[in-house]
Amino acid sequence: MTQLQHSESNIESIESCRDDFPALHQDIHGHSIVYLDSAASAQQPLSVINAVADYHRHDHANVHRGVHTLSHRATEAYEGARDKIQAFINAASRREIIFTSGTTESVNLVAQSYCRPRVGRGDKILITHLEHHSNIVPWQLVCEQTGAELIVVPIDASGQLDLENFDEMLADSVRFVAIAHVSNALGTINPVKDIIAKAGQLGIPVLVDGAQGIPHMDVDVADLGCDFYAFSGHKMFGPTGVGVLYGRESLLNDMPPYQGGGDMILEVSFTGTTYNDLPYKFEAGTPNISGVIGLGAAVDYLQNVGLDRIARHEQELLTYMTNQLAEIKGIKLIGTAAHKASVQSFLIDDIHPHDLGTILDHQGVAVRTGHHCAMPVMEFYRIPGTTRASLALYNNFADIDRLVTALDKARRLFA
Amino acid sequence: MSAVNINSGDELRELYRELILDHARNPRHFGKLEDATHSAEGINPLCGDKLKLYLRLDAGHRIEDAAFEGSGCAISVASASLLTDTVIGLDVPGAMSYFTAITRRMTDVESTEEVLDLDKLLALEGVREFPSRIKCATLAWHALKSALLSHTSPVTTE
Repeated sequence: MTQLQHSESNIESIESCRDDFPALHQDIHGHSIVYLDSAASAQQPLSVINAVADYHRHDHANVHRGVHTLSHRATEAYEGARDKIQAFINAASRREIIFTSGTTESVNLVAQSYCRPRVGRGDKILITHLEHHSNIVPWQLVCEQTGAELIVVPIDASGQLDLENFDEMLADSVRFVAIAHVSNALGTINPVKDIIAKAGQLGIPVLVDGAQGIPHMDVDVADLGCDFYAFSGHKMFGPTGVGVLYGRESLLNDMPPYQGGGDMILEVSFTGTTYNDLPYKFEAGTPNISGVIGLGAAVDYLQNVGLDRIARHEQELLTYMTNQLAEIKGIKLIGTAAHKASVQSFLIDDIHPHDLGTILDHQGVAVRTGHHCAMPVMEFYRIPGTTRASLALYNNFADIDRLVTALDKARRLFA
Repeated sequence: MSAVNINSGDELRELYRELILDHARNPRHFGKLEDATHSAEGINPLCGDKLKLYLRLDAGHRIEDAAFEGSGCAISVASASLLTDTVIGLDVPGAMSYFTAITRRMTDVESTEEVLDLDKLLALEGVREFPSRIKCATLAWHALKSALLSHTSPVTTE
C-alpha cells in the first residue's frame, strides 16, 4: 500500500507548527497573512494536503466494492481513518464512528433517526441559548414534525449558561438534550460533563455539538459519557465536506437508517431490504473517501502536536488577546465567560463589524464578522453582529499585535 | 510588518470617503415614512444588513418623499441615505434609470460610460475594489426597485 501516513513533522515547539501550513505563508494586500478565522474553518497542514493528494494520485477507487488493488487500498485507508478517530475520541468500538458530511449532517441524522420517532406532543427537547444554528434548526424541524416543544437554557451577560433552574427544566418532560461543547460565537466552554451526568440520572440521552471543542481540547467520549458527539473535519485542520457522528452503539442499533442507498444494505429485493451493520447502515452511497483520509491525517497531526500542548498554547494566546483588546479605547468584549476556548468577539465604537472586517482584511488580518450563525446570541446582546477573532495552534503573539495595530487603524479611519 | 498608512493612494480611503462616512454617521431621511405608498425591505444575510425603504408617490407617479430605517454597515447606510437624497422629485422611470446606472457602475468594472450624472453617488464607486462589499452598496437600490415594482416580499442580496 502506498504510504498514506504523513511524515512525522518533528514538532519541537508549538511555534514551529506554523511552518506546516502553506496557506499561512502568503501576503494579503501586501501584508503577511494573519489568520484569525479558524473557528469558521481552519487551515490545513501539508500532511493533510499530501494525504489527500497522494490518495488521488495513487489509490483512488470506490471503497467496500472492488476486488481490485486500488479498491482494496482505498478501503484500507478509509477504514484506517475510522480506527484513528475511534482511538482519538476514545470510543468503545469502531462501529460507533459514522462518517458524515460534517457536524450539520451529524446533528440532523440524530434529530431525524433517533429523536423524531421517539418524541411527541408534551415532550421537550432541550438546547441552550448559545447554540449554532446547526444545533437549533434540526430540533425545530423535529418539533414541527412531532409536536414536541423546544426549550432553551438561558445565558448570563458573560455568555455563560445560567444553570440555576436547570434541574427543574430537565425533570419537566425533557426527552433529549443537545448542547454545544464550546460556543462558536462566544468561546464559552460549557460544563458538558455535568450536564450529561444530570441528564443520565434521568435517562435522557445527550448530543454534544463538538465542532468547536475538538480542535482545542482532548475529547474523550467515554469520560464525557455522552450518547452522541458530532464534529467536522475542516475545523480540526482536515478537509471540508467530511465530519463524524460518534454514537453509542446500543442507541445506533435501535435507529433506522437516515438515508437509503448503496453500501448501507446487506440484501435488497423489491419485497424488502436488510440493512447493513454499523457503521455502514448510516453511510449510504459512495462516501467522501478523500475527505475521510484527510481527516485521518489531521487526527495524526493533532496527536503529533498533542492536544494538551495545543490547549495550553491557545489559552496563553487567548489571555494575551483578551488583555490586549481590552486596552483598546471604545472596545466592548462580547463573551467573557470564566472558561473559554480560542475565541474573542467584540465591538469597537459604533463601527459596523462588516466595515471592520474589510479594514482588517486590507491589512492582511482575516477575521469573521456578522452573526456567526448564532442569531439568538446576537439577539440576547441586542447587537446585529460582532467581529470575531479566533485562534488555532498555529497562531502566535505577533498575530495578536497585528490585530491590535489593524484595529487602531480602523479607529483612526472612522474617527 | 508594513507601515500603516491611512492617507495617499489608499483603497480604504477610496472606500470610506468623507462623504460616505458623513452619510453613514448622519443618514438623511432616516426613519419611517408614515404615509408611504410604496415600501420594500432589503436584507443582506451575509452581514446582517437590514433596511426598509419607504416611498410616497403622488398621483402622477412622482416620488414626493423617501425615507429608510434599519441597521447596517457604513456602506449600506450611506448608500441608502444617498439614494433617498437622489430619488426625491424623480418619476418612476427616472428613479429606475438611477437603479440601472448605479448597479451597472458597481458591478461592471469596465463601465465608465455614463448616461446619467451620478454626482454624489460616485462616492460609492470605491466598492468596486472590494467585491465582498458591492452587495452592501447596492442593497438599498434593489429595495428601491422592489418598492417601485410593489413587490411585497423582502429582497435579499443572495
